[in-house]
Amino acid sequence: MQIIKKIGLFVFLIGLTIFTILPFVGEFKLTPASLDQIIQEKGISSEIFIQGMEENVVDEEFQGMFTLSPQIAQILETANAQHRKDKEYKKVIYTGAHDMAAAVGKASGSGFIVENKGLMWFLTFGFGILGSLLFIIPNIVLLGNKGIKNNGIYHENATNRGWIAWMVFVFLVSFYLVLYFRSEYAVNWTYLVDPISEFLSGNPAGHWFVYGFMYCTVMTVMAVRMYIKYRHNMYQMVRTTSVLFFQIVFAFLIPEIMVRLQMPYYDFKNAFPLDYDFFFQWNLKSLLNSGGIGLFILVWGIVLTLVIVPVMVYFFGKRWYCSWVCGCGGLAETLGDPYRQHSSKSLFSWKVERWLVHGVLVFAVAMTLMTLYSFFTETGTVLGLKTQSVQNTYSLLIGAFFAGVIGTGFYPIFGNRVWCRFGCPLAAYLGFVQRFKSRFRITTNGGQCISCGNCSTYCEQGIDVRAYAQKGENIIRSSCVGCGICSAVCPRGVLKLENGPLKGRINPTEILLGNDVDLMDLVNKK
Amino acid sequence: MEHIVIIGNGISGITAARHIRKLSDKKITIISAESDYFFSRTALMYVYMGHMKFEHTQPYENWFWKKNRLNLVNGYVSKVDTTNKKLILQSEEEIGYDKLIIATGSKSNKFGWPGQDLKGVQGLYSKQDLELLEANAPNNEVCKRAVIVGGGLIGIELAEMLRSRDIPVTFLVRESSFWNGVLPQGESQMINEHILEHHIDLKLDTNLKEIIPDENGRAKAVVTDKGETIQCTVVGLTAGVTPNIDFLKGSGIETGKGVKVNNFLETNIKDVFAIGDCAEQHEAIGNRRPVEAVWYTGRMMGEALAQTICGNKMAYNPGHWFNSAKFLDIEYQTYGWVFSERSKTDYEQHFHWRHSKEKICVTIAFHKDTQQFLGINTFGIRMRHEILDRWLTEKRSIAYVLEYLKDANFDPEFYAQYEENIVAHYNSLYGTGIAPRKKSWKRIFSNI
Repeated sequence: MQIIKKIGLFVFLIGLTIFTILPFVGEFKLTPASLDQIIQEKGISSEIFIQGMEENVVDEEFQGMFTLSPQIAQILETANAQHRKDKEYKKVIYTGAHDMAAAVGKASGSGFIVENKGLMWFLTFGFGILGSLLFIIPNIVLLGNKGIKNNGIYHENATNRGWIAWMVFVFLVSFYLVLYFRSEYAVNWTYLVDPISEFLSGNPAGHWFVYGFMYCTVMTVMAVRMYIKYRHNMYQMVRTTSVLFFQIVFAFLIPEIMVRLQMPYYDFKNAFPLDYDFFFQWNLKSLLNSGGIGLFILVWGIVLTLVIVPVMVYFFGKRWYCSWVCGCGGLAETLGDPYRQHSSKSLFSWKVERWLVHGVLVFAVAMTLMTLYSFFTETGTVLGLKTQSVQNTYSLLIGAFFAGVIGTGFYPIFGNRVWCRFGCPLAAYLGFVQRFKSRFRITTNGGQCISCGNCSTYCEQGIDVRAYAQKGENIIRSSCVGCGICSAVCPRGVLKLENGPLKGRINPTEILLGNDVDLMDLVNKK
Repeated sequence: MEHIVIIGNGISGITAARHIRKLSDKKITIISAESDYFFSRTALMYVYMGHMKFEHTQPYENWFWKKNRLNLVNGYVSKVDTTNKKLILQSEEEIGYDKLIIATGSKSNKFGWPGQDLKGVQGLYSKQDLELLEANAPNNEVCKRAVIVGGGLIGIELAEMLRSRDIPVTFLVRESSFWNGVLPQGESQMINEHILEHHIDLKLDTNLKEIIPDENGRAKAVVTDKGETIQCTVVGLTAGVTPNIDFLKGSGIETGKGVKVNNFLETNIKDVFAIGDCAEQHEAIGNRRPVEAVWYTGRMMGEALAQTICGNKMAYNPGHWFNSAKFLDIEYQTYGWVFSERSKTDYEQHFHWRHSKEKICVTIAFHKDTQQFLGINTFGIRMRHEILDRWLTEKRSIAYVLEYLKDANFDPEFYAQYEENIVAHYNSLYGTGIAPRKKSWKRIFSNI
């Protein structure tokens, strides 16, 4: 079994290596026809740009994106600089250099990778999936009897912030930086999944499709790991299945299929303000121009945030969204599960958390109010602030850096819920409802706690669960996403996630159950 | 300002300190030679197993103590001078007190076995024991085999710890079945089976005769009373614990097995109290033992004594007995009294149900004549403490308990429920027609 695991690891690493090399290799040769197509699609009217492309790029062979991308950036900048100088603002190209390079790259890829998409998919994704499964599945035998399997977590390099964890950190951060800021280097990855994308939506894949496909793949593979590790715990099995279902069907398949049906791309479970650009002008316009379905999405999006989300939180706690439905939560609960113990439990972190997460919520709401004001009054500025710049700032700082680069990249070092805990505005909103008006609580079982600390250690949201449990108090915290792991790891059966009457939900105690009843009454009722 | 000095920073001492601080402004000093800060002793096993780091066993952050003016002293009290109300530390430092709380816990039992003080022979109680185990048994290269002597809760924990590093373990148990001085037969039998499932070499009915040293004074083998010699690197002595009170000799404080205390946790000397594992009640409370080395009772004594010290004189009067443990993968909870065959009275009758495949079982004790519910043991099913505590107070019948058993279930959501099977089994045994009721939040919260 250990041998199978080692083979699996080896195969996985080969797949990962090939995947990592891809951005650095590949042949690119732009045909005149492809250039024409790009010019049309992007509505380019800059003759300087077209001329530059024709002279320097068309029919030239480029080896690797590192040679092509700077060339395009230069042509683009020269053209724009000239037009700005000449005040020919209509000719200025607003597509960024990296997006332009990605578009050109996508149209001009040639050679082995492009001609062998299926094989290349197998050598990267295929090896990755196969290798990880070979690594994970022997655990059915190796982990022995079903039960809590946390042996060695703090002895293993990978799960105890060792060099492997730091390598994963570097890889994930770099991956997200490429995805958000250097999409031209993802062009070779897009070829691997072109056949899948064409099958689903009819269009070739962009880098966000690569991300979406990879997201689902990673979650599925890591869900297998969850199923094996927590096979004694039905709550974890059901929850993992739910979150996987919503990712694959709602976040991945339905939007792609909607595109095929000429409908707007929309993830029906992605609620505002996590879906921060829902009220952005371009989205509203696109929805209003999409007929019945567009209108339906608009109404659904508003009802989801204002009615469905809070009502569901009232009945089930915010877990129904954060650890049963949400995509960010889904990745955190599968890929992130090996790192859940790294969330800081200090009081200091809690203070930082409250300022940050509520700050982001305020930011998101303020930005949206500005956006709507601008939309209805058709002005570009509100109180002297440019709506567009506020939106760009939010998209960059929160949308890309916080949610993406930090949110996932920091898993191996700071735990798997950095974004959900410190940054997600939806989580902050749900948290208010959960804290003040919800049937959900984690019940502490009388006086049974032995303060061992397993619950706190494995809380991904950094809640010091033990601090409540050892006082006999129920855990009512706005940040709790109801993953259920505290209850799972408790060796004494002290914690239970449940939905019950509001009365008695918050139960501060001084003296714990089990001591003389008079003493309990005396002290607890004063 | 009155100066309260507490010897021992375990759960009893710390609970007392916290509650005294809540109730008063007294000066509080806590002395310990074991660790700088309070940690949860019950979690030491998880540090060795790699589930947690030592710092995770500390329930309070380090700033907590200063903020709450709990003065921590790292030192070993070698003498208590009750006449002059002062303590003398090993460092010869002296600390005066107005009121003294002895909360020094336990130490591992050693029964005079030949070789019991050799290198590689150890108990599992303190932080130092954990560090010793890490040195003695870091992996299965260094520790080829460990022999554990004593089939109790610490013994099975030590076995689980060593198995987590794939170290072969031989487990010597004096009794004919694991912990059957406490557990009824069916349960004890199930744990025997589970121990074997974990590839632990369980030797029942077997006593340690001696531990054989090698040329360096390290244990190299044990000899059992069956004449068997077992080669090993580490010997774990886990045959129970005894109060850690040697330093009180000559202090005038009355001791027996532990520090003798009355219901108010007072010793024979004014202003000196004892709580937790090291305290021994003059007269046992109910069915409890005079010395209770249990986490929960230590905490309760701390809660009660804090009231007394702060002027609200209050006897230690624990409610219904409860306890819990985990045997490898099987969680165990108990509420009320379920005695083993060895110690139960003739009116105590047991109803036992065991799952046909899974390691899940339940034993309910009831009065043969009055049908009164006396207690319940569950293995692999979690129970709601409040409900069972209430039923014990209300002196419910076993029929009532079975009928409303679903109210008491505390398993996580979506777990398989066994109440129907349990009740059906009872009905078939006793010819009754009890129908289990649906869980009701209204009943569960009826006393709030």
